[in-house]
Amino acid sequence: MDVLTLSRIQFGGTIAFHYLYPPLSIGLGVVLVIMEGLWLKTQQPIYHQLARFWTKVFALTFAIGVATGIVMEFEFGTNWATYSRFVGDVFGSALAAEGIFAFFLESGFLALLLFGWDKVGRRLHFFATCMVALGAHFSAVWIVVANSWMQTPAGYHLVGEGLHRRAEITDFWALVFNPSMVERLAHTLCGAWQAGAFLVISVSAWYLLKRRHTEFAGAALRVGLVVGLTASGLQLVTGHISAQGVGRNQPAKLAAFEGLYDTTANAPLMIIGWVDEAHEQTHGLELPGALSFLTHNDFHTPVTGLHDFKPEDRPPVTASFLFFHGMVAAGMATLLITILGCFYWWRGTLLQTRWLLWVLVFSVLGPQIANQLGWFAAEVGRQPWLVYGLMRTPEGLSAVVKANVVLTSLIMFTFIYFLLFAVFIYLLNDKIQHGPHEEDLIPAGKLALPAHNPLTP
Amino acid sequence: MNFLHADLNTVWFILIGVLFTGYAMLDGFDLGIGALHLFTREDAERRILLNAIGPVWDGNEVWLVTGGGALFAAFPDVYATVFSGFYLAFMLLLASLIFRAVAIEFRSKQPMPWWRQMWDAGFSAGSLLSSLLIGVTLGNLAWGLPIDERGEFAGTFLGLLTPYPLLLGITTVALFMMHGAIYGVMKTEGALHDKLRGWAMRCIIAFVICAATTTMATLLYVPHIAARVRENPWLFSLALANMLAIANIPREFHHRRDWRAFLSSCAAIATLMLLFGLNQYPNLVYSRPQPEHSLTIYNAASSPKTLGIMLVIALIGLPIVLAYTVSVYWIFRGKVKMDRMSY
Repeated sequence: MDVLTLSRIQFGGTIAFHYLYPPLSIGLGVVLVIMEGLWLKTQQPIYHQLARFWTKVFALTFAIGVATGIVMEFEFGTNWATYSRFVGDVFGSALAAEGIFAFFLESGFLALLLFGWDKVGRRLHFFATCMVALGAHFSAVWIVVANSWMQTPAGYHLVGEGLHRRAEITDFWALVFNPSMVERLAHTLCGAWQAGAFLVISVSAWYLLKRRHTEFAGAALRVGLVVGLTASGLQLVTGHISAQGVGRNQPAKLAAFEGLYDTTANAPLMIIGWVDEAHEQTHGLELPGALSFLTHNDFHTPVTGLHDFKPEDRPPVTASFLFFHGMVAAGMATLLITILGCFYWWRGTLLQTRWLLWVLVFSVLGPQIANQLGWFAAEVGRQPWLVYGLMRTPEGLSAVVKANVVLTSLIMFTFIYFLLFAVFIYLLNDKIQHGPHEEDLIPAGKLALPAHNPLTP
Repeated sequence: MNFLHADLNTVWFILIGVLFTGYAMLDGFDLGIGALHLFTREDAERRILLNAIGPVWDGNEVWLVTGGGALFAAFPDVYATVFSGFYLAFMLLLASLIFRAVAIEFRSKQPMPWWRQMWDAGFSAGSLLSSLLIGVTLGNLAWGLPIDERGEFAGTFLGLLTPYPLLLGITTVALFMMHGAIYGVMKTEGALHDKLRGWAMRCIIAFVICAATTTMATLLYVPHIAARVRENPWLFSLALANMLAIANIPREFHHRRDWRAFLSSCAAIATLMLLFGLNQYPNLVYSRPQPEHSLTIYNAASSPKTLGIMLVIALIGLPIVLAYTVSVYWIFRGKVKMDRMSY
């Protein structure tokens, strides 16, 4: 294999593995804020127990997120050095801002969140929890700014020629709020909240099926379902707005998502189907006019097809189509599951409906699949561009790095990440089997003081 | 050489220096504790040392991440040339940092001896290798790299492992072990405390020998640095300040002021980094044998506008970062006490 293919596999593989964890940290961060907030508000020790248990799971996901995240920062320079020279002026600022504003905030307060339970008072601890969650969200903001700039570059001008050609900032805020940033950030964050909520839902449903820690699991399930339903519902809105944005900013990408070759009015929406790339046709179950309507709010406005783009400017159609439709299907499934869950909860029969509890146990895969496929669709749909319209993917490679060297590191990462994943699953399972600590029902140390006590800091 | 040329490029040279110095002072003791880890025999002692760095190590590592991000943003050509040129070395660094991080998190989660020994070895090897590679990288930057006319690295992986960079690598390991031992002295009590004090003294001796050897090797074999020192003899005062800071450590130990010994060790690291920075300036990557291909703070920098924007970000961010770094160290001050949240 050539250095391009190997570098793409390595970057895609390491980022996909990394992206299992940050959404969990962001989503669990929100869940932790809610649980600890409920404890402060209601004074019920069950919420303290919830927060303590889920903090431990959070710590696990956070640790692997940090360890695999450093790899990403290094890989821009190691494998994509020419790209780094081209975008450093623009892209580097977002990464540096992420470091200063997000990572320091997260890691600083993480110490208090994990180890400060009985060293500081309730309100200060709650503040630390909020700051860790906020830091995780800031991190998403800056990394989505950077990625969205690659999709819809703005606020820059090009300077220099040939190898010295590069993008320089002209307007920082135009760069930050580039045309796709806000909707993509909202879509990414909702996906992350789903990931966190569904992990809570899944573990709690499993406890309920096994009739273990039922009071604890019931309380967690309610928090999880509320966050899950909210995020899944919002995801419909943010997904729709993002797709409209793709239609506006990257029409070739939208055409590939839907396998649309000819520019047509009344363009159909594919519910399920496949792309016949040889004959440039897409077959399947379609809703006539729905794509035109969803993209332009009007059934008759034409949607641009792939034939309007030169073959060398088209993204890989089959992959884009499958990733995109897979994401939509997984996302719809999560919404359906949370609606069902909330409906049975409202009727009061959720705990007796064992088939639904089993569905909830496996529902943890839903947001993970949707998040992964969504990013695959976003990045494969961006091809053949590395920076949309400015730099093609092969142009970004490091000039001095050879294929055998990349193969070595690829083998190394494969080995390390399989090991990491095995250890993660082993320890997650171990925490779940152990369950919550009974002594967490009685807060100790400074936490034992009630929140409204004036002596508490 | 004019050190008073305070333009944006110089400011960013200093800021990146501050970030990497912060990394060396803070994560340096984590890596040092890791390197000393296998010398402790009992599980209880290992856990105390792990918990001494437990609440702070990942915050410390963020200094490296932010330093890397700042280098990417301020001097993209240096980031691109060094990271692609040092490909295998940096991949090894990543692997060792990952092993270290994961070992800290996972070691004490299971009681089985084989489990703990496996992660102990990973923690120690990861810490040692990280320190060594960081030192080798600095050594190569001081020695000079083969850079071609496009500004790309023109050497090989094995070409990075020459005696001078390796000497700096070993010096860095000794420095971090000394720093880690002193941090350990500050955080422990009883028998472990006394044991660590003995180790700290041995590490100080090892470091002083390494530092003296490195200084001689630099003056003898690195002509561009030797020339700079000849032109600016006052640079010797920094080397002197470094030695005085080291000499102060046993004195503070004698007076039982362990935290001041730690501050002395931090000062020693800061003077070393300052010396390194002053010898490099205004080069970031000195090209050898063709100095005209060197990457400097001017030909490798981002646009003045970006440097200005980033300076605003840094001026807003750094004070906040310093404030909560200090708060976290304050809240977790004092000797390590084990509880059920411990590693």
